[in-house]
Amino acid sequence: MSNVLVIAEHEHGHLRKVNWSVLSFAKKAAAITGGEVIVALLGAGLGDAAKQVAQFDVAKVIVVDDSTLENYLTGEFASAVAGVAENADARIVCTVASLRGKDFMPRVAVKLEAGMISDVMDVMEEDDELLFKRPVWSGKLTEVLQATTDIICATVRHTEFDAMEPTGAGAEIEAGSPDIEGDGAEFVSFDAIISERPELSDANVIIAGGRGMKSREGFAQLEAFADLFGGAVGATRAAVDSGMCPNDWQIGQTGKVVAPDLYFAIAISGAIQHLAGMKGSKTIIAINKDPEAPIFQVADYGLVGDAFKILPELHAAVKAAKG
Amino acid sequence: MKILTTVRRVPDLDARFSLNGDKTEIDTEALDHKVNYFDEVAVEEAIRLKEKGVADEIVSVCIGSGNATKELRTALAMGADRAILVEADEKTLDPYLVAAILAKLVEKEQPDLIIMGKLGVDFENTQVPQLLAGMLGWPQATFAYSTEICDSKVTVGREVDGGTSTFRLPLPAIVTADLRLNEPRFPSLPGIMKAKRKPLDTMTIEDLGVALEPRVKTVRFEMPPEREAGVIVADVAELIQKLRDEVKAI
Ligand SMILES: Cc1cc2nc3c(=O)[nH]c(=O)nc-3n(C[C@H](O)[C@H](O)[C@H](O)COP(=O)(O)OP(=O)(O)OC[C@H]3O[C@@H](n4cnc5c(N)ncnc54)[C@H](O)[C@@H]3O)c2cc1C
Ligand SMILES: Nc1ncnc2c1ncn2[C@@H]1O[C@H](COP(=O)(O)O)[C@@H](O)[C@H]1O
Repeated sequence: MSNVLVIAEHEHGHLRKVNWSVLSFAKKAAAITGGEVIVALLGAGLGDAAKQVAQFDVAKVIVVDDSTLENYLTGEFASAVAGVAENADARIVCTVASLRGKDFMPRVAVKLEAGMISDVMDVMEEDDELLFKRPVWSGKLTEVLQATTDIICATVRHTEFDAMEPTGAGAEIEAGSPDIEGDGAEFVSFDAIISERPELSDANVIIAGGRGMKSREGFAQLEAFADLFGGAVGATRAAVDSGMCPNDWQIGQTGKVVAPDLYFAIAISGAIQHLAGMKGSKTIIAINKDPEAPIFQVADYGLVGDAFKILPELHAAVKAAKG
Repeated sequence: MKILTTVRRVPDLDARFSLNGDKTEIDTEALDHKVNYFDEVAVEEAIRLKEKGVADEIVSVCIGSGNATKELRTALAMGADRAILVEADEKTLDPYLVAAILAKLVEKEQPDLIIMGKLGVDFENTQVPQLLAGMLGWPQATFAYSTEICDSKVTVGREVDGGTSTFRLPLPAIVTADLRLNEPRFPSLPGIMKAKRKPLDTMTIEDLGVALEPRVKTVRFEMPPEREAGVIVADVAELIQKLRDEVKAI
């Protein structure tokens, strides 16, 4: 038992970019366990997605194409993943630490009698032991842990690993047909939030706004600014809760974890629950009228002042600079 | 209908804390503690179901130190009917053990619905409810922003990646509360008085017959690398110059 099995995340066959970061984690882990990286794709209508995954440097792609998996349901999905894992000689079964990954992976761990580790940010070997790192205490501490079980289930923080590039390798594609068993839950609906902008998890530039943006109109200014960079717009809980923007934009402990190259925090105080979701960004720029705002402690560049005065000037200057 | 809610006792994460000598434990003794926020949301949801006449009994359970009677009294003061404390040294527990202990309690209590927080804000494992559902073979709906009970089924609106999703679960089932499910109430003064007389049972892990064999162990804690303090720029012109020359973003 030494392989690393990656459960690739997709929505109706559309693979998410975050998978490629999980592959980098898997490579690193497999180098320690001495096994191979195997990717499993579970769902319905996955032909094209399988071919896309096979372009990466992995040993094998297992495809479970089954109409009962068409719409995601926890019980069915977890039982199928466990079935695949049992036949894959897997030491580690992992997926991205998305809401979905967090929903099903512990259920897989129960079936495999595996230790379960969430939000893995690193894997390493020390004294012949396989160790994992994860952030705790809102990112103020890193916990190093170890499983006492043969099999380990994990969700992986994609922000901590660079995306693997496809090599065009053409890995073997194999069909899997595990037993699929539900628990009585029914799927009623999925309502996607459609946006023209890049997904927060994929964006290189994020313009995030807080309560200080005051209104939807305030956020419209951020959107226009984001468009100059082809960036995404994010928000704090306070901004979401006061209806300035959709839930899906929230960054932080109860929102998304992001790590873009450039993060603008505009009229955001910098509460730990927000920092937990963006502290890994490469460059952080903070604009806040309060010079004491905690956000300045994590910002690379801070500008103290009124966002409504600064933004138009900044917008014009960036636009001019970009030509 | 009987609802079980779980209550995790969590330290104030904003406070200064220290690690023990070999960095294997966080020293939490001196810190203020409170009910995990998402568990307050869970208790609130149970109370609302009782107020609607859907539920008739709410039992709140905590696995933790003897001091956690305070957090359980908070749940009782909000409106739970009864509480159970399973005394344990939290440092010896992993999510699997917490779930295994809860599974034994579920056997005893036979609730129709379990409402839990989506995560504990201290360790953010986001595992115990799902592990428990797996052990019991019950359906689950995580990250709930709405619940509705009708004909022995619970319909749950869920926050998912890229939007929202709705699941319908036959009871018994497990639901985990997300931030926007509701706004938890503050205990009222009469509520606090009443809570003092509500039953709060204490038991041990041995009473429940769970073997203390965790599946995951903490090896040590480390301080993450600190971000270096940045600079304050004077105006937009200087920020633009930094963005161009140092960040190379424009
Ligand atoms: C369990 C739990 C989970 C949470 N999860 C999250 C989460 O995932 N993400 C999250 O973001 N929060 C989360 N929070 C909330 C978090 O604690 C803070 O309340 C929130 O992040 C504050 O948002 P804010 O910075 O927009 O608002 P505030 O803290 O109110 O800050 C507004 C800032 O705007 C500045 N400002 C106002 N007007 C202007 C202006 N004209 N120009 C410039 N600056 C201006 C002010 O100086 C201030 O610093 C959570 C809280 C709890 C309890
Ligand atoms: N020690 C505990 N006692 C009672 N409930 C707990 C305990 N730990 C976790 N839980 C419950 O499980 C949920 C998720 O926690 P976690 O999986 O630890 O992030 C929490 O919101 C609680 O409802």
